[in-house]
Amino acid sequence: MANLNTKTISELSDLLEQGKCTSVEIVNDVLAAIDARDGKINAYLTLDRASALKQAEAADKARAAGKKGALLGIPLAIKDLLNVKGQPCTCSSKILEGYIAPYDATAIAKLREAGAVFLGRVNMDEFAMGSSTESSAFKKTRNPWNTDHVPGGSSGGSAASVAADEAVAALGSDTGGSIRQPAAFCGCVGLKPTYGMISRYGLTAFASSLDQIGPITKTVKDSAILLEAMAGKDEMDSTSIDLPVPNFAKELTDDHSLKGMKLGLPNEYFVDGMDTEVATAVWNAKKHCQELGAEIVNISLPHSKYAIAVYYIIATAEASANLARFDGIRYGLRKDGADPIELYGKTRAAGFGPEVKRRIILGTYVLSSGYYDAYYLRAQKVRTLIRNDFTAAFKQCDAILAPVTPTPAYKIGEKTNDPLKMYLDDILTTPVNLAGICGLSVPCGFSKAGLPIGLQILGDSFKEANILKIGHAYEQTTDWHRQKPRI
Amino acid sequence: MADSTHMDVSYIAHLARIHLTDGETKLFQGQLDQVLTYVEQLGELDVSNVEPTAHAMALVNVLRDDTPRASLDHDAVIANAPAARDGQILVPKILE
Repeated sequence: MANLNTKTISELSDLLEQGKCTSVEIVNDVLAAIDARDGKINAYLTLDRASALKQAEAADKARAAGKKGALLGIPLAIKDLLNVKGQPCTCSSKILEGYIAPYDATAIAKLREAGAVFLGRVNMDEFAMGSSTESSAFKKTRNPWNTDHVPGGSSGGSAASVAADEAVAALGSDTGGSIRQPAAFCGCVGLKPTYGMISRYGLTAFASSLDQIGPITKTVKDSAILLEAMAGKDEMDSTSIDLPVPNFAKELTDDHSLKGMKLGLPNEYFVDGMDTEVATAVWNAKKHCQELGAEIVNISLPHSKYAIAVYYIIATAEASANLARFDGIRYGLRKDGADPIELYGKTRAAGFGPEVKRRIILGTYVLSSGYYDAYYLRAQKVRTLIRNDFTAAFKQCDAILAPVTPTPAYKIGEKTNDPLKMYLDDILTTPVNLAGICGLSVPCGFSKAGLPIGLQILGDSFKEANILKIGHAYEQTTDWHRQKPRI
Repeated sequence: MADSTHMDVSYIAHLARIHLTDGETKLFQGQLDQVLTYVEQLGELDVSNVEPTAHAMALVNVLRDDTPRASLDHDAVIANAPAARDGQILVPKILE
């Protein structure tokens, strides 16, 4: 069977189960695609071919011995901030160049147990700080749909690898949109689960009150499969919630009716400066959901416009504390100095790129004496108002429909000199992290220039089943997700 | 909001233990002042009766059983240290 790399997790698990292909064949096809394309796309930072093939052989043996499961033998690309034992974990930063993870993140350990194959490490914005993957210290990843354009970020390598069929699926992390936005830019499905759904143990922390791990996949069903495998309480992450994990994938049936579903349309999400092609695509998606039986209700999220200001105070404050651990003492880069203070200053100067320095400095400032109340505390209070907006909205509807981004993917270099301009693009994704709720991005069209557009479906906390059902029904009755870029 | 939308970037960088070049200081000064001016808009809202949100899920005192468990592999951890001797991480001298 040819081109196994182009198939989905659920298609491949059927083929594996029926004995029509092996995991080694899948991995070989993926490796061949990487060889053929990654010179153009630059999704991967490191690739461990021998290890990938060994893992695939082990999965095939386990299957022969009677082991089953949707992820047994499925190769995944992993964003370079999730620890996979024995593989590099650099967070696309020079300060962690050469670092080899001494343990598996809990999400990785669960996938390993399920028999997934870890192909290698994919590129990202340095420490997940960015929206275009351009802040990586190592390479510029390109959008498979047009290599002059960014893949989005910070999980840009994850989305590009999936869109280019250089991975069957990938893992990313989402602090302010870092899964949903690159998924939208690259025409993939991206899921940001509810805060507390998946343990973050082994995920390099950026902003701990916002970070979540999630999948980037070719279909909604594949996201459901990965979510199910990673979710659940973990005593290594005190924020993980002890709730039974539903059988998300099984609930996605061939019944694509949305009868009885109320979908909210927030006025505030059709913002000034919104690209008309994006607005039209999302509007058409809304009509499509109506045709599937959903009822549309107008809702209001009045504090949405404050989300960027709140986000860039809270996220940078938390980052300044989390990244204090990169001090040149225990791991990573060290630049010697006359005393420890000089060593820290020189190490961090040489190890961090400009975006990370900027955010640590901003975060240090908003937490500093005399400014804490005015910035950090006030931002936490406005965060409450943003959460309350969603609480009120979900009394009127089961899920919310919105665009993911104000525009399709922009050109490489277009926004790198203007950080504020880049931050403002996160207006439609950051409220979700601030409220802690779940969000899904599914392909809903293309611009005239041929760049993908994403539809965002937001659900209340732990209502992943709702947004997956809506996303699946929309996706299975449209054709957008079946389009492939010409590379 | 704060009385100023201008931060002393050199001083804050010192607190954050990051040596900046003169060029970086100047660049960040302009960019961060712009960000601070932008976040000023939070001052429009009356938040006097609003409780702050520190975490999306309110959790208190999450405890686990205090049982022994395997620690990380010693050699794998030491292999990541910038300097090591006799299975220990070498650190700069703090006291003379």
